[in-house]
Amino acid sequence: MSTEVGTIEELANKEYKYGFVTDVEADRLPAGLNENIIRQLSAIKKEPEWMIEWRLKAYRQWLLMKEPHWANVKYNPIDYQDITYYSAPKKKPQLNSLEEVDPEIRRTFEKLGISFEEQKMLSGVAVDAVFDSVSVATTFKDTLAEIGIIFCSISEAIQNHPELVKKYMGSVVPYTDNFFASLNSAVFSDGTFVYVPKNVRCPMELSTYFRINAAKTGQFERTLIIADEGAYVSYLEGCTAPMRDENQLHAAVVELIALDNAQVKYSTVQNWYAGDKNGKGGIYNFVTKRGACRGANSKISWTQVETGSAITWKYPGCILQGDNSVGEFYSVAVTNNFQQADTGTKMIHLGKNTRSTIISKGISAGKSNNSYRGLVKINRRAQNARNFSQCDSLLIGDKCGAHTFPYLEINNPSAQIEHEATTSKIGEDQIFYLKQRGISTEDAIGLIVNGYCKEVFKELPMEFAVEATKLLSISLEGSVG
Amino acid sequence: MLEVKNLHVKIGNKEILKGIDLKVNTGEIHAIMGPNGSGKSTFAQVLAGKEGYEITGGEVFYNGKNLLELSPEDRAREGLFLAFQYPVELPGVSNTNLLKTALNEIRKYRGEEELDAMEFLSLIKEKTKLVDLDQKLLSRSVNEGFSGGEKKRNEIFQMAVLEPKLSILDETDSGLDIDALKIVANGVNMLRNKDNAIIVVTHYQRLLNYIVPDFVHVLYNGRIVKSGGKELALELEEKGYDWIKEPEKQLVQN
Repeated sequence: MSTEVGTIEELANKEYKYGFVTDVEADRLPAGLNENIIRQLSAIKKEPEWMIEWRLKAYRQWLLMKEPHWANVKYNPIDYQDITYYSAPKKKPQLNSLEEVDPEIRRTFEKLGISFEEQKMLSGVAVDAVFDSVSVATTFKDTLAEIGIIFCSISEAIQNHPELVKKYMGSVVPYTDNFFASLNSAVFSDGTFVYVPKNVRCPMELSTYFRINAAKTGQFERTLIIADEGAYVSYLEGCTAPMRDENQLHAAVVELIALDNAQVKYSTVQNWYAGDKNGKGGIYNFVTKRGACRGANSKISWTQVETGSAITWKYPGCILQGDNSVGEFYSVAVTNNFQQADTGTKMIHLGKNTRSTIISKGISAGKSNNSYRGLVKINRRAQNARNFSQCDSLLIGDKCGAHTFPYLEINNPSAQIEHEATTSKIGEDQIFYLKQRGISTEDAIGLIVNGYCKEVFKELPMEFAVEATKLLSISLEGSVG
Repeated sequence: MLEVKNLHVKIGNKEILKGIDLKVNTGEIHAIMGPNGSGKSTFAQVLAGKEGYEITGGEVFYNGKNLLELSPEDRAREGLFLAFQYPVELPGVSNTNLLKTALNEIRKYRGEEELDAMEFLSLIKEKTKLVDLDQKLLSRSVNEGFSGGEKKRNEIFQMAVLEPKLSILDETDSGLDIDALKIVANGVNMLRNKDNAIIVVTHYQRLLNYIVPDFVHVLYNGRIVKSGGKELALELEEKGYDWIKEPEKQLVQN
């Protein structure tokens, strides 16, 4: 065993010697994880010493931790030494026309109503110079820079804005937080960095224009968004188009920070490969997302539409530290076939008059399992805190499961907490009624399910709301009859 | 338009329809009457294509097509409409959204242009008047929290918007007070024309005072035991269903 490890290290070092850094494009680190790998990864990214140290601290912490198994999900053990922790962004094979794209993917594109140009980009077909995403991206970055907004990759931020990264990274999700967050802190490949300065309102949905780029983000993504006093930003991650990825484990960390009177709105549409109809393959999406309402009157809203991944394990939460701060969580989680989702939120009330709202809609079909798990914690000093939670489950068919695990910890008697939960089923009668009006089964389910999710979809940026409704119907295809 | 030949239908082991023959031409209104459990609703549901029924014999032709081979949605797109006896509630689905989706599906099937939002809105506004439907019900979830009368009126409103060729009204009169009954009947009469046909399934004669049928058929124990003109309905009202049951008993004994 020890000789094997030794060989790997040797190989790794060899590669490093032979100019790993200069020829980034073609290279990848050997599989496995040790301090050397982390040092190399950091070296490839030309990171400063403090970053390497931070990664190593995280790694050493991770070694002491155990993979958590309290979530209501089942999967085969993950071999962390069998994962490649760095591989340069691979160039997709260039295709000459859309005809060469997998017909199933094309069909989904068409159903989602994605434009031809965009379809080409998403599937790696050569595109016209006019629609080159890089040039579009650059134009918008310039516009944003004019008003002081920093919007770049986390690697660039580490190089160019070390003071901000040092100050905020790990301040919401420390590297000691949990097994997957520690792993991410040690090996994160890249991600997004946003800083919105005081009293600036970001004039566009960030990443709406960049979703093609966003779609290429890696396995261990790290995102850090900071809204300074009085700032506002709305960020959208993900893509409705189906994403295939050879990496099975995705462990991202997202940290949001809102200072006094600032507001951050973070929307996710997640449609990673869910595995086939028999439950083979698919992504394990183990994510740590947390926002800190540090300032008074600040607000953080999470909106998520989770339709993909074989396993989803995520609890985007808010730490409501500032007085009068507001946390919101709107979620639609769909599971079909053999998918498993254990998702929800954490609302930690620390400040006075803090408020939180949780609207969770779980939809289970096929043989899938869907769990809502949420924590509402009212701290001893959080005077007059309020929370409203609504957790609804919709079942399609009779082989799926819906579970709700609400945790309430109330340490201040002035708190007002409401929790509502419902479970319902799509009835054959409802489907027949719609079919009798000329609507196909698929569209009938779409109508019913979208009606059910209305409250969440209205929180999404407009154009994504439209796509999300279609995405839902596609995800549930073949779930009835 | 519709020709039903010797239709036999089972649910599980129980035979519900035991050889129905019925011919409906355009421009006609047919009433199907009968006591509870005679198979009236089964007949309506089978025509609309509801699952769970086993068709053990017979044929149904609709405008030259084999109706039983069409999916429920294609039957609807071909112009067959069922006004449900118990309209289901669809939480979160607005009436307008349902109708817009349905109408455009039907138009697409027929190779017609889909209506844009403005055209559609003016169409449904006009149709609400026909059945005196409160405009507020348009933006509400389909049938959710509707009164019994509102649900039935909403069915006729949908019929008005979708303009079917063959409408089957399944006990549309049940649960309606006399005023609502008149409004519903009035709506149906306004929708009646020489190119469409209507089958009214009812237990009572009173609806037929307002929607006057050309033919009345009495369904009993899975068979049409008597057919006649509108006066047959009055006769039934007077004599009750027992009068019909007698010859049926004799038939069975023979």
